[in-house]
Amino acid sequence: MQIFPCPFCGPRNETEFHFAGELGKVRPATDEKIAAQDWATYLYAQRNDKGLVREVWIHLTCSELFVMERDSETMKVLGSRSLREDAQ
Amino acid sequence: MTSHRTTRVALIDRSKPLRFSFDGKEYQGYEGDTLASALLANGVRVMGRSFKYHRPRGPWGAWVDDPNAIMTVTLNGHSFPNCPATSTPLVEGMQARSVNAWPSAAFDIKSGLDLFHRWLSAGFYYKTFMWPNWHLFEPIIRKMAGLGDISRDVLEGYSADQVFDHCELLVIGGGAAGLAAARAAAEAGKGVVLVEDHPVLGGGLHQMAEVEGLAPADWIAEQVNAITSAGGRILTATTAFGVYDHGLVGLAENGPFGTAPRLHRMRADRIVLATGALDRPITFAGNDRPGVMAMDGACEYLARYGVLVGRKIALVSNNSLADAAEVLLAEAGAQVLRLPPHDGPMQALGGKRIKGIAQGAKRHDVDTILASGGMTPLVHLWRHAGGKLNWCETRQAFLPGAAPDGMVAVGAVNGAFDLDVSLSEARAAGNGKSPDLSPTSYALTPLWPDPGSKGRQWIDFQHDVTLKDVELAARENYVSVEHLKRYTTLGMASDQGKTSNMAGLAAMAAVQGRPLPEVGTTTFRPPFVPVPLEMYHGHHGKQLWHPLKRLALEPQHRAAGAALGEYGGWLRPGWYGKGEAKQLIHQEVLTARGSAGIFDASPLGTIEVMGPDAETFVNFIYYNTIRTLKPGHIRYGFMLTEGGIVLDDGVITRLDQNRFVISCSSSHVDSVRTHLEAWRQDGNNPDRIFVHDQTQHWATVTIAGPKAREILAALALDVDLSAKAFPHMTLQETHFEETPMRIARVSFTGDLSYELSVRCAKAPALWEAVVKAGQALGAAPIGIEALSILRAEKGYIMVGKDTDGETMPHDLGFGVPRLNKSSAFIGDRSLHCDKANATNRKTLVGLAVPTGAPPLTTGAHLVDGTPPRSQGYVTSSYESPTLDRPVALGLVENGAARIGETVSVWHLGDIREATICAPCAFDPEGERLHA
Repeated sequence: MQIFPCPFCGPRNETEFHFAGELGKVRPATDEKIAAQDWATYLYAQRNDKGLVREVWIHLTCSELFVMERDSETMKVLGSRSLREDAQ
Repeated sequence: MTSHRTTRVALIDRSKPLRFSFDGKEYQGYEGDTLASALLANGVRVMGRSFKYHRPRGPWGAWVDDPNAIMTVTLNGHSFPNCPATSTPLVEGMQARSVNAWPSAAFDIKSGLDLFHRWLSAGFYYKTFMWPNWHLFEPIIRKMAGLGDISRDVLEGYSADQVFDHCELLVIGGGAAGLAAARAAAEAGKGVVLVEDHPVLGGGLHQMAEVEGLAPADWIAEQVNAITSAGGRILTATTAFGVYDHGLVGLAENGPFGTAPRLHRMRADRIVLATGALDRPITFAGNDRPGVMAMDGACEYLARYGVLVGRKIALVSNNSLADAAEVLLAEAGAQVLRLPPHDGPMQALGGKRIKGIAQGAKRHDVDTILASGGMTPLVHLWRHAGGKLNWCETRQAFLPGAAPDGMVAVGAVNGAFDLDVSLSEARAAGNGKSPDLSPTSYALTPLWPDPGSKGRQWIDFQHDVTLKDVELAARENYVSVEHLKRYTTLGMASDQGKTSNMAGLAAMAAVQGRPLPEVGTTTFRPPFVPVPLEMYHGHHGKQLWHPLKRLALEPQHRAAGAALGEYGGWLRPGWYGKGEAKQLIHQEVLTARGSAGIFDASPLGTIEVMGPDAETFVNFIYYNTIRTLKPGHIRYGFMLTEGGIVLDDGVITRLDQNRFVISCSSSHVDSVRTHLEAWRQDGNNPDRIFVHDQTQHWATVTIAGPKAREILAALALDVDLSAKAFPHMTLQETHFEETPMRIARVSFTGDLSYELSVRCAKAPALWEAVVKAGQALGAAPIGIEALSILRAEKGYIMVGKDTDGETMPHDLGFGVPRLNKSSAFIGDRSLHCDKANATNRKTLVGLAVPTGAPPLTTGAHLVDGTPPRSQGYVTSSYESPTLDRPVALGLVENGAARIGETVSVWHLGDIREATICAPCAFDPEGERLHA
């Protein structure tokens, strides 16, 4: 059982969280023409890096999304920040 | 039988004799005994049978390293299967029975299987029973295999406490090293928890004459006193069975026999591992015979239970620890013969009882053979945590190498077999230092299985894996240790290879002529010892596992005789009244069509979206155009995933310019709320949009039916109910008993319908007023079962029932926004991919059956061709009391273009006919809806 740090609620059990995507995925502007390949990449392609990853998670009990940095190999959590802070 | 109990100081209470039985025979032991020690004291040697050949087996070890003595124990009328006799404490009145043996371990009727061993080598089942089909043989083989039978009686109160705990330092192992480390840390001011799996602390110390000038018991007491005085905690009879992510250690605390262990989920900042080491077997012919035991195991039986396992003992050891063991056993009165294992191949003589041991031409008459092939450190938890192992040539063992975060190993598990070395490195670790590998007086001559040598030599005692099986596996190219394990089942017995793995790896290394460390080990996985599944489960059952959501109006429903059931996570009325459910439900449908149905719609989601960007946001979230929705108006629409798949349907109401209410399906509220939050925060400015789930704050009473307007009028609310002033798909805000009330004219039944929403506190008053007004006009409460029929008659879908993971909105007849909506929305691009444009998409249709035919079965497939190919399936099917015929909905390939076509419907081998029709079977013009 991992412990994840919600920037708003502090460290909590992993069962309270849900993965919400890899950070940096940008939705293509769909009011313009988008090639099927690009859309498929947006929908399905994941970097799935080994080692340091930056991901968006949601803390289901407070409904806040945040950015978490962790090591996908050792499962070590390196830190978390609110989306707002991270964008700055 | 001769008693093997000595007068040596031990950990048993000789003033408390306990009676028990084994395989029907009565015996006596003492408080503090294990089942195995008490049986050994009574001279019982055969305590079980091996898994495959049903060979007689006695205990090899004295604790969790024993794979042989496994029993079903009955106490107070309840039986517990697969109890390891070596670690099961003896209790007055226990009735133990050997597993995998009948009628008893001593005379097992299946022992004849052993004669066929030549044909039962590794892979025998894979090779023999594959033709024509394994499943033909499986039942009988399954019946022959396996250990104890699970008791069918439910044991009340067998529930594991769940403890969540934290400590600064967790010391695992309460032997010399563990005690010393815990004391040093506790005295340095650390919050220490020490766990020990035996009921008594001390580990191997009980075998010793003195420790630092004190008797072992006194030395242990001194450490305990120091630890507890400094605020440390000690848990005995507690096994650390696994180390998991982020410093979580699972501790199983055993209570009295027959109770569920208490699970501690311990978070430790640091862990000192002092788990010790185990004696490993020597591989020689007949080494599985009862009476061939671990040297260290025999010393433990003597030191802990006062049991001397044999009188004439052959001690076969390749290492320096045998000297102390020889002295210990000799002092207790045994005749000990030291046999150097390198002097020639050995063979145990005798069957159920050892008669002697032969080495080369020499034969020695002994009653017991003690073997020690060197110590194997218990590095399991180290590996769980991700620590590395190093091969130590001096000690011929894998020792802890690169450490996992926050973990340090001390004592025998770290290769420190000398007491003084062990204590000094433990004290250093208690003070926060990491010990290096210490010099050792421990010496041994490498001794590993010798492939090609004669005789049946056991590697895995319980699973009957012999040296020849390992050689066979190597010949058949199962050379990776993970393949070797699975092909031969080596190390897959209930001790999980504690005794067999090293010999197995060494045998494979020898067969291939590779160095042992190059062959490597198999993966160490939790749990370290078997633990009951109940332990993980604890009180997380029934309501505590899956709490039902409850309606504010539940008392009113109960009073009205509702049949309450779970629907989408809510406890809701299925129907009302006593009698045959189908009749009651059909009557409710007829009531709703004839007068009106009164329905508790409170579980419907009520999610408010507010703020200056709310309009843009919901317009993006919805498949339908919401921007054009006027205040006070309601629109039906879909939310999609980015893949274009229907996530939920429902109505959205615009209260004013910047305020919307999303009414989602009852069972999708949480997922819709999360969906909205995700898009609000990631991709939008969260300061300009607010999402507020108010589902639990509002109670909704729906009146649906031709008399709905009259019933509502009877409430004398300040609202003009005329069709012109209050048309379909609009909302009015008013007051009920001086509290705010929303009235939405929307319909899920196809009839004139009003949804009245008030604060939960006012729900009972509203419900009673509506029911009273309704009764005068022939209306009555209806449950969700009737509602399901009413909506199916109209062809209204339920997302998740009439849609699946491929359904897009144009499959449901809502294709306009896909082609016309000008602004971006979630899932938009996906609605134009090749798959979305395909002509054979499954689309929503109605299905009619010939006159007089019964309803179709939900889930039945529409088929064509030979062999039949599915082209869709029935999603909803009911008998419609309104139309007096069955109605059904389904998803069928290109269905919308095939209205009128007759199709075959397949269910469990039977094929029926049905006709594809429009989904709406009742009032297709919608006259009643707009009344």
